[in-house]
Amino acid sequence: MNSAQRPLDHDPLEVSGGTGDQPASAVATAPPAVADRPAPGGTGGRASRTTSFLTLARAMFLGFRRDRAGLFFTLLFPLVFLIIFGGLFRNAGTSPQDVLEVGSVPLIDQLPADARAELGHVFKITKVTDRAVALNKVRNGDDAAVVEQVGDRIVVHYSAADATAAATVQGVMTSLVQNANVDATGQPPKFSLDTQAVEDKSLSYIQYITPGLLGYAIAIGATFGATSTLVTWRQKKILRRLTLSPVGVPTVINARIVVSMGIALIQTAIFLAVGAGFFGLKLSHYWWMSVPLILAGTLAFMSIGLLAGAKAKSMEAASAIANLITIPMAFLSGSFFPLDSAPGWLQSLATVFPLRHLNTGMLDVMVRGRSPVSVLPEIGILLAFAVVLSAIAALMFRWDDI
Amino acid sequence: MVQAMAGTIRVDGVRKWYGDTHAVDGVSFDVEEGEFFGILGPNGAGKTTLLEIVEGLRKPDDGDVSLLGVRPWPRNPRLLPRIGVQLQASSFFERLTAREQIRTFASLYGTPAADADHWLEVVGLTDKADTRTEKLSGGQAQRLSIACALVHGPDVVFLDEPTAALDPQARRNLWDLLREINKQGRTVVLTTHYMDEAELLCDRVAIMDHGKILRSGPPAALVRGLDAPTRIGIETGTVPLDGARQLFPDAEISDDGVSLTVSTRNPAAVLSALAERNALRGLAVRGASLEDVFLDLTGREYRA
Repeated sequence: MNSAQRPLDHDPLEVSGGTGDQPASAVATAPPAVADRPAPGGTGGRASRTTSFLTLARAMFLGFRRDRAGLFFTLLFPLVFLIIFGGLFRNAGTSPQDVLEVGSVPLIDQLPADARAELGHVFKITKVTDRAVALNKVRNGDDAAVVEQVGDRIVVHYSAADATAAATVQGVMTSLVQNANVDATGQPPKFSLDTQAVEDKSLSYIQYITPGLLGYAIAIGATFGATSTLVTWRQKKILRRLTLSPVGVPTVINARIVVSMGIALIQTAIFLAVGAGFFGLKLSHYWWMSVPLILAGTLAFMSIGLLAGAKAKSMEAASAIANLITIPMAFLSGSFFPLDSAPGWLQSLATVFPLRHLNTGMLDVMVRGRSPVSVLPEIGILLAFAVVLSAIAALMFRWDDI
Repeated sequence: MVQAMAGTIRVDGVRKWYGDTHAVDGVSFDVEEGEFFGILGPNGAGKTTLLEIVEGLRKPDDGDVSLLGVRPWPRNPRLLPRIGVQLQASSFFERLTAREQIRTFASLYGTPAADADHWLEVVGLTDKADTRTEKLSGGQAQRLSIACALVHGPDVVFLDEPTAALDPQARRNLWDLLREINKQGRTVVLTTHYMDEAELLCDRVAIMDHGKILRSGPPAALVRGLDAPTRIGIETGTVPLDGARQLFPDAEISDDGVSLTVSTRNPAAVLSALAERNALRGLAVRGASLEDVFLDLTGREYRA
């Protein structure tokens, strides 16, 4: 800064017609080497809306990428959950019971091959000869039950210590015996029983937990993204500063929305890759329909973030409010475990949370293989959440901390 | 005196109140093109609110503002490229480096990145270009935020307490920068609660307290208007107290054990008398300052 500065060429400062409609001519910014550069932009120093939008989006994304704590909570933390749950419950519900067969049990041995295979899903049968040793193993909890046959009498020895295993073995053996009895009459059975899980049969735990945890991760990312932009930018007066630049508030909001959506899609890609790559997640045919669901969900969660940040005076206060909303929401929306066994009123209560609808929708199209049209109601509900909550946040919004 | 020219800034009877508090209470002033104008006052005087009304951030409850010939409120996108604003806080995007920061602002105005880099050089931050703004010192951050306000080449620059919380050296560096900006022909409006700063930098100052402008004009004229005595200090013992009283019967004389101070309206006579006696050891001559003006206007000491 010295005499090498090029002088300012002045326009008369008075603006005719009171419109301020004239290009800025003051280009004191050009370095000596480029002194003949024309006025910036040539449009009164205004960047195109697209440029401003991209500039802001880039600034926001860099801010996110460099925020270690934020990255941890939006990406790593939910991913750690996925790894723990995915690893822990890998075989939950499908592990067959260990059953010891003492001597020969014709009831089992003479089953047709397909029935035998079916039984193999629930029992892992080991043939033993020493009855006393086998009983001891059940007593110690090593095996679920001992089965022996004396004439036409089938005896199941179980341990009362493991009620679930005992019940499973008893149930299966009872049905085997009854089938055999019916067969023995030579009559076709009058009644038949088909059981079917309401979920797709392949809905193992990983199939359930991946969409759930992904929903949780997206909720955290979008909520906190909106809150922190709102609160820290307001605190630092960046929001006000931007309103004094040619950038309008809509551009700021659009940039934040697009960045949050991008983050949600990155989370999705990572979750699906880890789930499929390490834990045997199988996506159904219409999984891509989860993309519009996730985008609608992102909007809904951002509106929660706006609500949390609308009045909060500091980021600490805002994140406390955001946590107070997102954590109960994650539990009640079945992000961590199914809500099927929860009381009805709790399940109804859960519907006030957008995450519940996102989770339901994602389960439907990602793993249950339901048609893309079936989640349109969920998308509609999520968008409605976004509209209503944003409107409330806009009413509560204050430019300043005071 | 040329009065007829349309002012770059015209503020007429502006009022703003929050509840019962009159943050700005009937303020009028003009700023001409190329002027360095200071709004001076203690914290809570309403300087920032006034500045934000002129910038167009706030709507005045009463009165009228014209900035470069147009009303800044409601937001006028055509006016915005012609004004540069530095807000009180360091308004930076989080976790961006100095270069990314100023290039982001440049891009919002459609200004090339090269100009942004040039401004980094102007404010002496080229070697900090890759440092994140959170890691900059107070002075560096202030210089960067001023550069961000200037990057698009505005005609009018608003600076809200640009030297607040800076150490003396950093303040002085910033003063040089501000003078340079003004020399380039830009109109500069700043708020400050430092009297010395206003006196040194501003062509004209408006002294503000409790939402009102008490007086405005060139700092020297304000001080001269006081007709306050000049204080001449010399080291204690150079001249005995009684001797001094005899020498300058019209002056007010005091001795605090470090300096002997002669307050006089005829400094030339006092100085020559002292010089004749070779009694100028530790000489310090202080005229009245804006602080005295403030004291005179409000009847109380200036509290920054």
